[in-house]
Amino acid sequence: MTPIPFDKPAMIQGLYSILPELIVIATAVAVLLADLVLPERGKKTLCHLGIAGIAIAILAALSLGPGRIDGFSGMIVHDGMGLFITLVILATSLLTLLMATGYSEWEGTQKGEFYALLLFSTAGMLFMAKGTDLMTIFLGLETMSIPLYCLVGFHRNRMTSLEGALKYFLLGAFASGFLLYGIALMYSVTGTTKIPAIAGMIGDLRLFRNPVFVVGVGLLLVGFAFKVSLVPFHMWTPDAYEGAPTVVTAFMAAGVKAAAFAALLRVTLLTFPALGPVMTNILWVLAFLSMTVGNLSALLQDNMKRMLAYSSIAHAGYILVGLVSGDVAGGQAALFYLLVYAFMNLGAFGVAMLLAHKEDDGYDIGNFRGIGFRYPVLGGLLTLFLVSLAGIPPTAGFIGKFYLFSAAVKNGYVGLAVLGVLNSAVSVYYYLRPVVYMYMLPAPAGVPVPHPPRTAFSLALCVSAAAILVLGLAPRSILAFAERSILSLLM
Amino acid sequence: MTGVALLDQHLLSVLIALPLIGAALLLFFPREGNGAIRMFTLLVTIAEFLLSLFVVARFDVATAGMQLVERAPWIPQYGISYIVGVDGISLWILMLTTFIMPITILSTWSAVVKNVKEFMVFMLILETAMVGVFLATDLFLFYIFWELVLIPMYFLIGVWGGERRIYAAIKFFLYTFVGSVLMLVAIIVLYFHHHAVTGVYTMDLMKLYELTIPVNLQLWLFAAFFLAFAFKVPMFPFHTWLPDAHVEAPTAGSVILAAILLKMGTYGFLRFAMALFPVAAADWTPLIAVLAVIGIIYGALVAMVQKDVKKLVAYSSVAHLGFVMLGLFAFNLQGIEGGILQMVNHGISTGALFLIVGIIYERRHTRLISEFGGLAKVVPVFCLCFMIVTLSSIGLPGTNGFVGEFLILLGAFKVQKWYAVVAATGVIFAAVYMLWMFQRVMYGKITNEENLRLTDMNGREVAYMLPLLLFILWIGVYPQPFLRRMDASVNAFVTRFEAKKQAALVGSPAGEPMLVRYFGVKK
Repeated sequence: MTPIPFDKPAMIQGLYSILPELIVIATAVAVLLADLVLPERGKKTLCHLGIAGIAIAILAALSLGPGRIDGFSGMIVHDGMGLFITLVILATSLLTLLMATGYSEWEGTQKGEFYALLLFSTAGMLFMAKGTDLMTIFLGLETMSIPLYCLVGFHRNRMTSLEGALKYFLLGAFASGFLLYGIALMYSVTGTTKIPAIAGMIGDLRLFRNPVFVVGVGLLLVGFAFKVSLVPFHMWTPDAYEGAPTVVTAFMAAGVKAAAFAALLRVTLLTFPALGPVMTNILWVLAFLSMTVGNLSALLQDNMKRMLAYSSIAHAGYILVGLVSGDVAGGQAALFYLLVYAFMNLGAFGVAMLLAHKEDDGYDIGNFRGIGFRYPVLGGLLTLFLVSLAGIPPTAGFIGKFYLFSAAVKNGYVGLAVLGVLNSAVSVYYYLRPVVYMYMLPAPAGVPVPHPPRTAFSLALCVSAAAILVLGLAPRSILAFAERSILSLLM
Repeated sequence: MTGVALLDQHLLSVLIALPLIGAALLLFFPREGNGAIRMFTLLVTIAEFLLSLFVVARFDVATAGMQLVERAPWIPQYGISYIVGVDGISLWILMLTTFIMPITILSTWSAVVKNVKEFMVFMLILETAMVGVFLATDLFLFYIFWELVLIPMYFLIGVWGGERRIYAAIKFFLYTFVGSVLMLVAIIVLYFHHHAVTGVYTMDLMKLYELTIPVNLQLWLFAAFFLAFAFKVPMFPFHTWLPDAHVEAPTAGSVILAAILLKMGTYGFLRFAMALFPVAAADWTPLIAVLAVIGIIYGALVAMVQKDVKKLVAYSSVAHLGFVMLGLFAFNLQGIEGGILQMVNHGISTGALFLIVGIIYERRHTRLISEFGGLAKVVPVFCLCFMIVTLSSIGLPGTNGFVGEFLILLGAFKVQKWYAVVAATGVIFAAVYMLWMFQRVMYGKITNEENLRLTDMNGREVAYMLPLLLFILWIGVYPQPFLRRMDASVNAFVTRFEAKKQAALVGSPAGEPMLVRYFGVKK
């Protein structure tokens, strides 16, 4: 075997392209080390360390700019798309850590490994978003998922937490298996795992007569569908979401979705136009099923966490509408929606966390009775987040859905757009239920007192609320950013 | 630039923003200071009304198109702009909105006692949204205001409403929301159609008016817009949410709902559905006219058997709006002007009726007709107000209702004789149920001891009832100033409607069976 030549400038460029990832990983390691030396009382600092690390990573990502930086001979790329998703993921992570400041105190997750796992998972997501090689995407996926399995089961003495973690782990492992097998099959036919290279070969019709390749693509899709919880691969979602510590649930819903959809976008936008109507039809059906099953199941939930879990399935369906459209407008709408979804989802979970009072049964919707007028700020915030999730103007959720459905109509999928808007009409019913409980039902005698939020926690909620209003009223610059990001991907 | 000049240039935007700013300022008021909160809200709405008088003053009678137009790019890469303007079609509905608001606020003084601050905040947000709906001429902007109306109204019904308020609030929200989401898809389709034809992305209504839309596309788009507006009007058989919402809403909510919110539906038909899709609108006129007439008769018959005054008034709304629809879909000057005037009239008369019901409910905590009787002797001032309003609702000559109904029947008779004839019987029914109700409540012997202790209307109540009575008589006796400002716009509307219809029908003559025209089915 010939030794691999060491190309120093390429190596430096490669490292440069993953600067935010390196910072996040370094922070995670620093948190672990600090955990060893810090006394029990000082564990709060760990969280602050994480926040600082993410903040630096955001600055690093911004300093890299939207220009294209190839790294590690085409294994990874920092481009507009990578930057956009990196920012979404880092924002998710930052908000999660800000919320964790209070949550960890009252739920006892004030442990070094908690923050370290969150950071490692974040790093995995970032790799997934920027991977231009199926292997990088797979490695990113595993780096993201394995810490999450632990995080979901972090409440070791609670049955729901353990059950959720076990389900998530088993099905997640299957999903990884599918994905890896799919990649292997595709590799066996094309001889490469680089996405641009596969995209280049895809014009060749012989590829599609080869059942091995087609099965490979199908398995790849199944793997992703598991991760973003598309119906019918969504079975684990409600249990894992309910069982996980709520900060983790919020993180999972927003972050995993952003990372996995980013990878899916890279694969679909480059390869699927050539794959033709068959693949579009499959995505169409998946989008329809996810929206409908997610929304209809959410109607029946009495637990806030489970309700939001089913709604996240529905939201995966909405985002997939953008992918079905399969053009710049669709991709742009999907990116924009991922960003908006991160804010409104984290916001909704954040307020619910404060109101729920205790982990086990606190999320029962009955506990929210009469809270609205008693705690006007919290009630108002939760209402805003739910209204945005339901897609009602003038919030960002409306703008996001508007662009998703616009993209569908533009590409001739009017039927899917109609099904989508009807679905969002259904969703209004369950999003308004907590509002009904908060404002229209009298408070029971011993109404639980919400946790007084820490400063960082309040900051996270305010940032999310502001983002939703600003993106709802003045979305133009972010939309333009999303458009440039998608264009950079197609170049 | 001086403040006055700035105000002059941005009059409509100021009208949209002022209540919202008021709502934001209200948040800083202490929760306990109910008096200050009420007073402040009243002042904001009065200021809004005074400002809107400038619109009438600036309004040029001879101009048919949009006036006082303001435009600013909003999401320029998609052709979405902030465009507002006013013309003869929207002028009086806008005025009605700003006029009704202070009256409604004044009526809540003793009716709303819990969570006053939030109540007033929602009222002010509602005003911004309603004013926005009537001023927006960009489809996207219009849709945002259209949906924004739902949120405060939902809370007004659900929090401050009666016994079954939650059911009513959710029903109201879901029905109207389902109607309007399909309109959203239609708006998007229209937007891309405009791009396909002209290569320009725009949501500007005036630009979309210039488009000649193929007949078969018109059918689908009209159907989607129709659903949204028919739910809002509400037309028979889309009206089932209305009695629930009206009965459960607090008085102020019922007034706003009847006076303004229902007008959003009829206004939407005129400004959007009919103007954009003339062929489909004309083709479906028979169906819509039938539904309107059914609404008139059905609303009247159901009103007749109601035991609850408020429910009676709610069903009478279904009948009255049937009249408005009949007028609009006559597609001629009289019918449309009558329709617009009747929108305003219904706002004033039915608003006043709900206020009357509210006054009596505050005193007796019941609205059952059987609980009353012989009130005329006890509360003479109240009786006089009630009578004038009742007569206006019936459409007695000399009141506003007569002018509107007369014009509508005139317009309808020109095109659809039999609809007009049947609708006219609705007028008789209206007289029956209103007078019968009035008689049972006000005359006869006092059968209930409690009614002897009723107090008459106080100064505040007279103060908000008086302007309504004034307009009932003013429009009834001298409608000319109101009609004159509609003429140019409505004339232009009718002319453009005919021209657009003919343009769209090229190659697909009106005589062709509908199936052929819409679906291309050939024999």
